[in-house]
Amino acid sequence: MGRQGTEGVRAGGPRDAVCGVVPARTARPRDTEELAGLLAEADRRGWSVAARGGGTGLDWGGRPPAVDLLVDTRGLVRIDHDAGDLVAEVGAGTPVSELTAVLAAAGQRLSADPVRAGGTVGGMLATGLSGPRRLLTGALRDLVIGMTVVRPDGVAARSGGRVVKNVAGYDLAKLHVGGYGALGVIASAAFRLHPLPPALRLVELPLPSLAHAERRLALLRAGGAVPAAVDLDWPARGRSRLRVVLEGTPAGVDARAAEVVASLGGGLPAEEVRVSGELPPDWGLLPAGGTLVRLSVPPADAPAAAALAAELGGAAGTGARTTGSARAGALVTAFPPGADAGAVSAVLEGLRSRPGWSATVLRAEPHLHDAGIDLWGEVPGLEMMRAVKRAMDPGHRMAPGRFVTDTPHTRREERP
Amino acid sequence: MPETAHPIPAAVAALVPRLREICGGDGVLTDASRRRVYDTDGITHHREVPGVVVLPTTAAQVAAVVGLCAGSGVPFVPRGAGTGLSGGALPHPEGVLLATSRMRRIVEVDPDNECAVVEPGVTNLDVSRAAAPYGYYYAPDPSSQQVCSVGGNVAENSGGAHCLKYGFTVNHVRGLDVVTPDGVLTRLGGKAPDSPGHDLIGAFIGSEGTLGIATRVTVGLTRLPERTVTLLSAFTSMDAGGRAVSDVIAAGVLPSAIEMMDALAIEAAEAAVACDYPAGAAAVLIVELDGPAAEVRSQVAEVTRLCAAAGAFETRTAADADERSRIWKGRKSAFAAVGRISPSYIVQDGVVPRTALPEVLRRIDELSRESGIRVANVFHAGDGNLHPLVLFDDGEPGAGERAEAVSGAILDLCVEHGGSLTGEHGVGVDKACKMPRMYSPDDLATFDLFRGALDPRGIANPYKLLPTPRLCGEVPGVRTGVHPLVESGEAEQF
Repeated sequence: MGRQGTEGVRAGGPRDAVCGVVPARTARPRDTEELAGLLAEADRRGWSVAARGGGTGLDWGGRPPAVDLLVDTRGLVRIDHDAGDLVAEVGAGTPVSELTAVLAAAGQRLSADPVRAGGTVGGMLATGLSGPRRLLTGALRDLVIGMTVVRPDGVAARSGGRVVKNVAGYDLAKLHVGGYGALGVIASAAFRLHPLPPALRLVELPLPSLAHAERRLALLRAGGAVPAAVDLDWPARGRSRLRVVLEGTPAGVDARAAEVVASLGGGLPAEEVRVSGELPPDWGLLPAGGTLVRLSVPPADAPAAAALAAELGGAAGTGARTTGSARAGALVTAFPPGADAGAVSAVLEGLRSRPGWSATVLRAEPHLHDAGIDLWGEVPGLEMMRAVKRAMDPGHRMAPGRFVTDTPHTRREERP
Repeated sequence: MPETAHPIPAAVAALVPRLREICGGDGVLTDASRRRVYDTDGITHHREVPGVVVLPTTAAQVAAVVGLCAGSGVPFVPRGAGTGLSGGALPHPEGVLLATSRMRRIVEVDPDNECAVVEPGVTNLDVSRAAAPYGYYYAPDPSSQQVCSVGGNVAENSGGAHCLKYGFTVNHVRGLDVVTPDGVLTRLGGKAPDSPGHDLIGAFIGSEGTLGIATRVTVGLTRLPERTVTLLSAFTSMDAGGRAVSDVIAAGVLPSAIEMMDALAIEAAEAAVACDYPAGAAAVLIVELDGPAAEVRSQVAEVTRLCAAAGAFETRTAADADERSRIWKGRKSAFAAVGRISPSYIVQDGVVPRTALPEVLRRIDELSRESGIRVANVFHAGDGNLHPLVLFDDGEPGAGERAEAVSGAILDLCVEHGGSLTGEHGVGVDKACKMPRMYSPDDLATFDLFRGALDPRGIANPYKLLPTPRLCGEVPGVRTGVHPLVESGEAEQF
């Protein structure tokens, strides 16, 4: 093992900034072995480490006090696709768009909607979020069947494997999906894939009121249409809408779409209920600017949560648009760029006060970081997470300040 | 005197008065005869009489018992219904066996949020029964679902015949209350999805009782499908059957189950339950399709066509529950039926990539012919999860060892072909020593780091899941923490 060390390390620049913090240096390993050597070197030197992929999520998560080394994973590009097994093992730096194209050529897909354009597979995993199409095949975390992660001490370790059915060992990948690199840097992951459905129908209809929305969602639950996505779009002002995605055979989706229209469209003018054969190009994507909040609620509360976010935002003088899976209760509230820290805090506080709801900030604009806004709220199991962090990253060097186990508050507590 | 046969170890005896205060007198079993009832789980060749058995009724009692163990360093072993097939609930002779069998309350069925909240001792099937009036069921359906517990399902990440389409326990659990090995009760998640921070629910599920005990589980419920159709296709060779499986998957059809049986398994099932499968079949395929009626109709036509093209000489279609259960009868009876054609057998559980199935089945056949040991194949073909039944006569000297050797060689085949040591039975005590076949020393050391984070005293189900020198002899694969030479700066670790 010789390939390691600091060769290829260069000074960081403004384009490498993590929540505005320019890293001291950055390096782009070409494979897992180089990544391991790099992290071992960082360990010896006591460097704090963050990772980046396409850079689309560098302004997500908490703002680090400083970053000594930013690992650029874009050299870890590899797609090992076993079409017959509906499995692909993919390097962390592989662009999601490239993976999508390769799989589509074989009539397959990774059944998770990206929420950012231009990102890498590793970035998608580390931030953990996927879009509304999660009702049949699960969210991103459900599709990972194996993962290789380089630990903070430079040791590369795999969990899981390349078969879907596998209960040998701990499913450590779960800790890294949405873990912001706080326990190590993802080098590659194996996914279970699905065949591209032969046909798709998108049924779109307006929701004139909260009561209307709740009634429509109850009708949808009671019906037999088996949607792949039930997407709510609740703007700050104006009419909300519901989008139902059906996937299957051409004849099947037509019959199911007709059922959804008959069941949900009652009382609406026919021209307001639209059925189309494909998703819009911006499907599932979150706004590229402005503060974003992940809002998780019991599914039946989804419309009320979206309505409350708009109401609280209005009262605090800012717009708040909520979108996402109403059937799963997995929503995102987006604030317009420049939204005031006090206003965002007021909305967060209102949402967090409801039992069983959680609201965590995915992306805070710089002035929110400056204001010291609480990104996480109360996080159940935080003590367990801290125990895992202490064991896996005893030097507290990984993703400093980025994740809940290393907020300014926990740093004070654990690094006296 | 049974007490002298299995005396309670002193360290455990010291806890008994306090355990009685916590769980009540009838919640603590100390008689050797009553403790002996718990000496094994579903894999009966591993037996240990527990030091003491406790039967708590509340999460607070579980937390107090575990806290007591943590304070005294006495190990504990969680147990659900005891149906596991890897010895995960094998008791510790000097420890506390903590059975959840008295925590059987269905706290709530919430159809609006499509979930149910249950205590860990509730049986898997009872969740579906409670959900049925609302048009829902609980999707993971292990074959032991009538008796196995939801808490045990959480520990083992149980699947079932229908996990091909619907996934495993981990894909359906939204919330867990867990008592960690320090005796602390923590609520993770709930009715809402995507609990913030690390996905501890995902990491806890499948941890086989080594990270603590689940005391309450919120499971997602699935709408009962509008239509379910079961097909039975008969082939004159395993190769042809295997080809049909590949063709179905390649066509983009996702059945809820694809099961396959070979001639020996069919013979056993016929002898036991007269399942009346097509005569002369060297392989049968059971394919179940479910979903909206409009989709299932075309899928049935497609699968029937593909099976015929792959060489099926007969395909039967069952659309009502009665006909379906007749098709499933042979498959479901297969394990027990093999008992009729062989005095003893070993059930193996390994996984191969689906495309490697034909090759691995041929190699198993060779192994069988070379060793003279018969192997019956009954398996979840859709996800490559093999369950070879290795038949032997335990009256014949050395036969058991030869069967073990064949069974072990089959596992090696699975790992060689990029598969897994276990698809659903778990590692437990049975396969702990085999983990180095699948994972590198660094992989295993990382598992151990995680385990140590939540169980620093090593009291939660010790000697399970990971290899240890005590169980496996010298294990170069497992280290704990940083190597001393690295720590002292005398060596570097790559």
